[in-house]
Amino acid sequence: MGTLARDVAIIGVGQTRFGEHWNLTFRELGIEAGFRAMEDAGISSSRIEALYTGTMSSGLFLNQEHVSAMIAEVVGLTENQIPATRIEAAGASGGLAFHQAILDVASGLHDIVVVGGAEKMSDVVSNLATEFVASGADQAWEGLFGATMPSLFALMARKHMHDHGTTKEHLAQVAVKNHAHGAKNPLAQFQREITLNMAVNAPMVADPLGMFDCAPTSDGSASLVLCDMKTAKELSDDPIRVAGTGQGSDSLSLANRKEITSMRSTVAAARRAYEMAGIGPGDIRVAEVHDSYTISEIIAIEDLGFFEKGDGGFATERGETALNSTITVNPSGGLKARGHPLGATGIAQINELVLQLRGDADGRQVKDATVGLAHNIGGTGGTAVVNILEVV
Amino acid sequence: MAVARHWRNQDQRYNLAGTRCKVCGGHFFPKTSMCPSCHRRSLGKLERFQFSGNGTISSFTIIHEGMPQYSSQVPYVIAYIDLEEGDHIIGQIVDSEPSEVEIGKKVEMVFRKLSEEGRSGTIQYGFKFRLTP
Repeated sequence: MGTLARDVAIIGVGQTRFGEHWNLTFRELGIEAGFRAMEDAGISSSRIEALYTGTMSSGLFLNQEHVSAMIAEVVGLTENQIPATRIEAAGASGGLAFHQAILDVASGLHDIVVVGGAEKMSDVVSNLATEFVASGADQAWEGLFGATMPSLFALMARKHMHDHGTTKEHLAQVAVKNHAHGAKNPLAQFQREITLNMAVNAPMVADPLGMFDCAPTSDGSASLVLCDMKTAKELSDDPIRVAGTGQGSDSLSLANRKEITSMRSTVAAARRAYEMAGIGPGDIRVAEVHDSYTISEIIAIEDLGFFEKGDGGFATERGETALNSTITVNPSGGLKARGHPLGATGIAQINELVLQLRGDADGRQVKDATVGLAHNIGGTGGTAVVNILEVV
Repeated sequence: MAVARHWRNQDQRYNLAGTRCKVCGGHFFPKTSMCPSCHRRSLGKLERFQFSGNGTISSFTIIHEGMPQYSSQVPYVIAYIDLEEGDHIIGQIVDSEPSEVEIGKKVEMVFRKLSEEGRSGTIQYGFKFRLTP
């Protein structure tokens, strides 16, 4: 229980820039990230034994399901009829695809697999995107009554503010910090810093959450090459080991939870990942967490054990989550600034950690990073996935 | 959407009816066919349970960018409500200005039109809430 049957490592990563890719199709986005990852790993596609893809809603956004076969086809992997699988868990689709691929390689079934995440969101008008994103929440008992995804996080935010003294400025500090990080990431959707004043006074989306409290809609794709440690050491000088992986669930609807200022799915996924890795939150120097909304990051850094419950907003205000402070949270810019192409997000988080742990993160490099954590949730936290990576 | 999708939820949406487990006494909204505490022992032992519709606002939000079928109503208020029976529910607060809504205020259920599928499509009805005087 709680261990992998053999060691697993990442030997290659690739990502498109996130943003509005009016000229690129879903297929082209997938190809670009996939080939960058294989080039980074220094292997040919003939070595790939299985493919996992995290995509939330190609059906709603593109009227196209069965994208596992589509991606396998366009990257030339159908020659050998390799297994190609699509994983869906709303915004956690990418992180969960990675988790499943880890289990595959650890089981011994395959030695080298590619994991991708992709979403194409800009082909629909914005109010339809609002409706499609809300499909990750409970459509029968939340969406039908007018609740959007940001409104459900706004309910969490106001409750957190009421119970713990978190302020609108604390929320804004998350966005300011993540935009400052994103300004150093050449693949981020937004590479410009914002001021606290801009964030606090932005137009409201779902009060108390304004425009700068919400991650954007994005097109993008991210991909990585995963293999067993023996193969990794043959193919790579700097493989990054999967130290721990954990998944947790909770009710789809917010109304069926005892509390809404913490996510039990995150707490459980983190506990499982920490136990597998044999470490605790105090050992983590760099984390990519799921800031789909600013309140999401505050709740996440509490649930992951980095800060006491209720202290997440205050810790952010104290600057303890900024680059090279107590713990660097979202050096990539997070979902807020890097962008949030739903299914691609979980893979992009892993890729950022790989760059950080290799020491290849340039202007946003976290000093002495040897262990990193990625946290990816679906919807309002019905699914959470936590992965911990370390330098070999 | 097919009419049946809404028709089968009418008792819950129109009357705020859920279920109660005759084994442990726990009650649930929306209705369930298995008690999440008693599991298999509860099969066949769940009965209709009528919620009073009275509750307290635990949290709320004022929505400025709404779902497409609600876009003509913005800004509108959605609240997380603690029902007096102990369950929670998410619903819209109507008949008051958004500025009157506060955490801790009492609410009661009202029956209202929710949305319609275009000018000639079906109309959805269900529960909303208003501040109690």
